[in-house]
Amino acid sequence: MTMDPDSAISIWFFIGLCLFVDGLLIFAAGLYQFGHPPAHPVVLYSLHANIWWGAFLAVAGLLFGFTSAPWRQGKKNGR
Amino acid sequence: MISLLAAAVPERLARLSPIDIVIIVFYFALVLGIGFYLKGRSKTGEDFFMAGREMTAWIAGISFMSANLGALELMGWSAAAYEYGILATHAYWIAAIPAMLFLGIVMMPFYYICRTHSVPGYLKLRYNEPSRALSAISFAFMTVLMSGINMYAMALLLDVVLGWNMDFSIWVSAITVAIYVALGGLRSAIFNEVLQFVLIWAGALLIPILGLVEAGGWENLKAQIIHNTSIQCVHLWRYLGTFHNQMGVNWVGVVFGQGLVLSFAYWTTDFLEVQRVLAAKDLRSAKMAPIIGAAFKMFVPFIVILPGLLGLVVLPHLTGASLSAGGAHSYNAVLPLMLIRYCGPGLLGLGVTALIAGFMSGMAGNVSAFATVWTYDIYRALINKDATDQHYVKMGRWCTVLGVLISIGTAYFVMQFLSIMDYVQALFSIFIAPLFGTVILGMLWKRTTGQGGFWGLLAGTVSAAGMFAWEDINPSAVRYLALSINAKPLAADIYRALWSWLICVVVTVVVSLMTQPKPEAELAGLVYGATEIPQEEQVSLVHRPMFWAVVVGIVFVILNVIFW
Repeated sequence: MTMDPDSAISIWFFIGLCLFVDGLLIFAAGLYQFGHPPAHPVVLYSLHANIWWGAFLAVAGLLFGFTSAPWRQGKKNGR
Repeated sequence: MISLLAAAVPERLARLSPIDIVIIVFYFALVLGIGFYLKGRSKTGEDFFMAGREMTAWIAGISFMSANLGALELMGWSAAAYEYGILATHAYWIAAIPAMLFLGIVMMPFYYICRTHSVPGYLKLRYNEPSRALSAISFAFMTVLMSGINMYAMALLLDVVLGWNMDFSIWVSAITVAIYVALGGLRSAIFNEVLQFVLIWAGALLIPILGLVEAGGWENLKAQIIHNTSIQCVHLWRYLGTFHNQMGVNWVGVVFGQGLVLSFAYWTTDFLEVQRVLAAKDLRSAKMAPIIGAAFKMFVPFIVILPGLLGLVVLPHLTGASLSAGGAHSYNAVLPLMLIRYCGPGLLGLGVTALIAGFMSGMAGNVSAFATVWTYDIYRALINKDATDQHYVKMGRWCTVLGVLISIGTAYFVMQFLSIMDYVQALFSIFIAPLFGTVILGMLWKRTTGQGGFWGLLAGTVSAAGMFAWEDINPSAVRYLALSINAKPLAADIYRALWSWLICVVVTVVVSLMTQPKPEAELAGLVYGATEIPQEEQVSLVHRPMFWAVVVGIVFVILNVIFW
């Protein structure tokens, strides 16, 4: 979904990019912590929220980014 | 920049890891990148101030709601939930949803058909130039004050939680907002507000999820809140029959003061909000945008109110001390405290980004609305009427920078008077509540005259300021103004708004009946009964705004019954 037909890059693409990068970083931090447990863990550390939440954000970001990528929008608009 | 961020003072509640800092820096780079990307698309006044009027309903609706997700929303209402219990949820439901639906279904056609650039601009068309000037000047004053308070709250939070220097936080966030709004205008502000909306949810959603896991589910949470505090903290309406509840307000104040006046005033006449909807690409999108906003708004308590309620159980010893005086023990910091409790490396960075995004979206909303009102309703109307469109765009860009600089000044001013944080809701009751009386009478009653509109607005604003001063000088005045000596500041704001609105309405009606109305032909497109509202095109039921307004209304009723 673009903001308007002439817009080269949709806002949803920026959102996808942001979620993907942040998700990947959080997932990586979670994996690192899994291998190197911290001395002072957060509450409910055992749930490893950063691993599954990071993975969820990265996948959501990929979906957003892919469906609203500029090259796909160009095809949709016949450009 | 990383080294600057890392150079924090020793007093802090949390320490960011390098990955947290990378996430925050990436966010700043992205919003600036969006601003530069959109610069080339903001050449005309219509582009810069109205985003080309080409937003889809979804984007306008999310932006409409996101512009409101500033400091008050994220920090203030989670703290209010800690203080007042679930009663704080009224700010999101009764004090938002009916007004948002009313804006979409009833008021939007008039705003949209008359092609006004702003709410003061509507007053010029409906009433006269003095009405526009009065509302534009009071709006500009309120907006920069709100923007500064937003910025101060963010800087204070980052100081208390992360130990960041307040000057650093204020200048970095302000300059960033100034750059992306000055470059891309309203389009850039809206783009970033949509991004910020997603980030706020991504960063804050884990807190209630993990909090409920720790508390053992909703029923266990309720039982523990009742044990720690009072049963009044878990019921929305059941204990509003009298003034003896956490907030010191009864159902009359909540329904008529908060739900009718304050809420309708803010959501339907505060130009910060209305501007987002005016940027919609057509009338159907403009009507749908507030309805979409309302649908999202109903679920914001999950990330704002619920953390405050969870705080009552997992952080039971927080006090009402000033954030700066005793940050670690103040319920004003309950949201960041919950964030720190559950979020490790990466998640903490995302959570802090979400808070910064909230503050920046609130500030960008204020600044873009200020630039529009200043340029169109003060500068063009009163100072330079015949300049070119390019000149006004240039003025808008400079005005954005100027608005940010004044906001910074306001932020430093607020630092000197910490109690001014309590006055934020009071600002709405003084400037916005009477404006709602003026706009709604003008929109729905053909007999309202220009003189009636002006004197009603002036009387409402002055009387609200007078009531505020009276309460400030003599706190026991709440016995008369808020009908109860137990009234808390929020209850006093609610009743002040109600009285100032009533005074505005009475004065407007009386003066209108004594003066000559405009001929009906001049009211076309501005007033109910003199305007031909375009019929819904032949679209299916699911594409009709009224259908979705009814759906949202039903869910709103169900939620209130569940949490009765």
